[in-house]
Amino acid sequence: MTMTKKLLTSAVASALMVGGAQAAISDNTVKIGYLADMSGTYRDLAGPNGLKALEMAIKDFGGKVNGATIEVVSADDRNNPDSSSSTVRRWVENDKVDMVAGMVASSVTIAVSKILEENDRLGIVSGSAASSITNEHCTPNHIHYVYDTYPLANGTASAVVKEGGKSWYLMTADYAFGHALEADVTRVVEANGGEIVGSVRHPFPTQDFSSFVLQAQASGADVVGLANAGSDTTNAITTASEFGVTQAGQTLAALLLFLTDVHALGVNTAQGIQLTTGWYWDMNDETREWSDRFMKETGVRPTMVHAGIYSSTLQYLNAVAATGSDNAQAVRKQMMDTPINDMFTKNGRIREDGRMVHDMYLAEVKKPEESKNEWDLYKILRTIPADEAYRPLSESKCKLVNN
Amino acid sequence: MSMIFGVPLAVLLGQLLIGIINGAFYALLSLGLAVIFGLLKIINFAHGAMYMLGALVTVVLFDALGVNYWVALFLAPLLVGVFGVLIEYFLLRRIAGQDHIYSLLLTFGVALILQGVLTNIYGVSGLRYAMPDVFKGGFNLDFMFLPYYRAWVIVVALLVCFGTWFMIEKTKLGSYLRAGTEDSQLMQGFGINVPLLVSLTYGFGVALAAFAGVLAAPIYSVTPTMGSTTLIVVFAVVVIGGMGSIGGAIITGILMGVIEGLTKTFYPPASSAVIFLVMVVVLMFRPNGLFGKEA
Repeated sequence: MTMTKKLLTSAVASALMVGGAQAAISDNTVKIGYLADMSGTYRDLAGPNGLKALEMAIKDFGGKVNGATIEVVSADDRNNPDSSSSTVRRWVENDKVDMVAGMVASSVTIAVSKILEENDRLGIVSGSAASSITNEHCTPNHIHYVYDTYPLANGTASAVVKEGGKSWYLMTADYAFGHALEADVTRVVEANGGEIVGSVRHPFPTQDFSSFVLQAQASGADVVGLANAGSDTTNAITTASEFGVTQAGQTLAALLLFLTDVHALGVNTAQGIQLTTGWYWDMNDETREWSDRFMKETGVRPTMVHAGIYSSTLQYLNAVAATGSDNAQAVRKQMMDTPINDMFTKNGRIREDGRMVHDMYLAEVKKPEESKNEWDLYKILRTIPADEAYRPLSESKCKLVNN
Repeated sequence: MSMIFGVPLAVLLGQLLIGIINGAFYALLSLGLAVIFGLLKIINFAHGAMYMLGALVTVVLFDALGVNYWVALFLAPLLVGVFGVLIEYFLLRRIAGQDHIYSLLLTFGVALILQGVLTNIYGVSGLRYAMPDVFKGGFNLDFMFLPYYRAWVIVVALLVCFGTWFMIEKTKLGSYLRAGTEDSQLMQGFGINVPLLVSLTYGFGVALAAFAGVLAAPIYSVTPTMGSTTLIVVFAVVVIGGMGSIGGAIITGILMGVIEGLTKTFYPPASSAVIFLVMVVVLMFRPNGLFGKEA
């Protein structure tokens, strides 16, 4: 009996020691992997400049956390879930990466988050849009930081329906992100008394939208909704204006537009388009101050994704410092317990499903005569409060939420 | 309104026309590839990059020097053509006579370098090129609104395609070209400068790609990556038409544009794959392509 007791005590003691060891920073290094599209369609909205934002956060933090060094590795996700999965597997299994940042194409994020869950590492998603990432695809190992398709639909689609755009034709990018956006838009349009009269799922990426524009015109819908992103959206907008979609009385609703897209389109083409954004560089002194520093580093103004990468990396490092650990669960819990108040958002908070909820903004692209310089692009029409913007937990299908 | 398979006739007519317009782009691009392969036996994987260069040069010339569309239509292909001649002279010439795979790898490398360097400079969000004023607006056909610019694309692309085919198949210069690549030593003996002819042919082939790039600049986002997706489709077109068959490349280009357009109407998710499906079927029954002669 005493033997068993002794055995048990030592087992408990050694378990505690292991636990104690976990509460320290492993290898005295915090290693961050930055995964993003570095060369394809989504390069400009995150890409190499997102890596700059990440490095800015580390530098501002002081370069070390509790005496441990901070290392960064990065890789091009090529918008490919398979190759990204093997990159992240190598990172967590061989290179001892503690946290993966960036993450853009939703299909990549969904694949990668499963590997992070298997290996109990943390992922902070700044680039992806699909709201399913913290709904049916939620894991205890990732946080979705900047925005998702739920507020995009809530902000833009409900504003357009309230202005009288009752019947919709949707052009959807045919993969995880487009499908999530399509579902969220359909819900919002129908809830506001509108209807979807037609839709087309186009391959990702598509260069020539003329066939789809023609079908949208033939549908006779009030609104042509673009449930796509990046160059797909800019190409669709260009073709729509060439084929006289708006002159013929139809409204264009771009559901996801980044600052870099609007900058590429220019105010002449993009003026008057309404969009929903999680952040804009020219909102207040704090955002402008950070954006000026970012511009000095990169030569361009930051997108909401760049700002989110900076903010979330600082939050992460603060949590590592507070817990003295780089253990994924300890850090995630600390981040959930800490409200976010910085240049990115005020009173942002991370819910148990991993969703960071914060105020979103309905913006309109300025007219050429209102725009003072090439980056003076949005005027903010309305603040969408956090609780109104994001999917309420009561509707959640996430396994971490008790419903 | 009369319907065909649940699609109104008017929509179908519109899609056919759009298919022909896109087919005209494919024809122009695959023509350049077919000329380069047919005469020089070079598999030019840099063709997409040359198309992109044509568009990019058009935008940059306008932004930096205010060069207008009509001048760019000649100047951009000329500049890219000269660039092509330099590539031929300094790189491709060194591997002449080797297996096709060498030229494929070399040109693929050139394409990747161009794309990578230009992505670093210009990003991928796309540069804007304003539609020239004369092309603003369009014809109101009964079944669709046809922008003037798209109508212009069909006309000019078909003219250039026909002109190229005529020059190579029906003129004396064309016969020199064909003979020079068939038996260069014999032609050298007749006092014809075959190496120069080869350089110029490669330059001309890539200039055709650049010309398509200029045509694309006002209607598509001009990005350093725009050529890479187009290239694969255009290669499939050339394979379907028969490697090296110049007339075949033109006809197949237009045909594939139409097939792709119809797929976009009836089953859009398959539209990026349908050309490859056709390629597989054609290769199964006619391994040399629809218009190919040699094995």
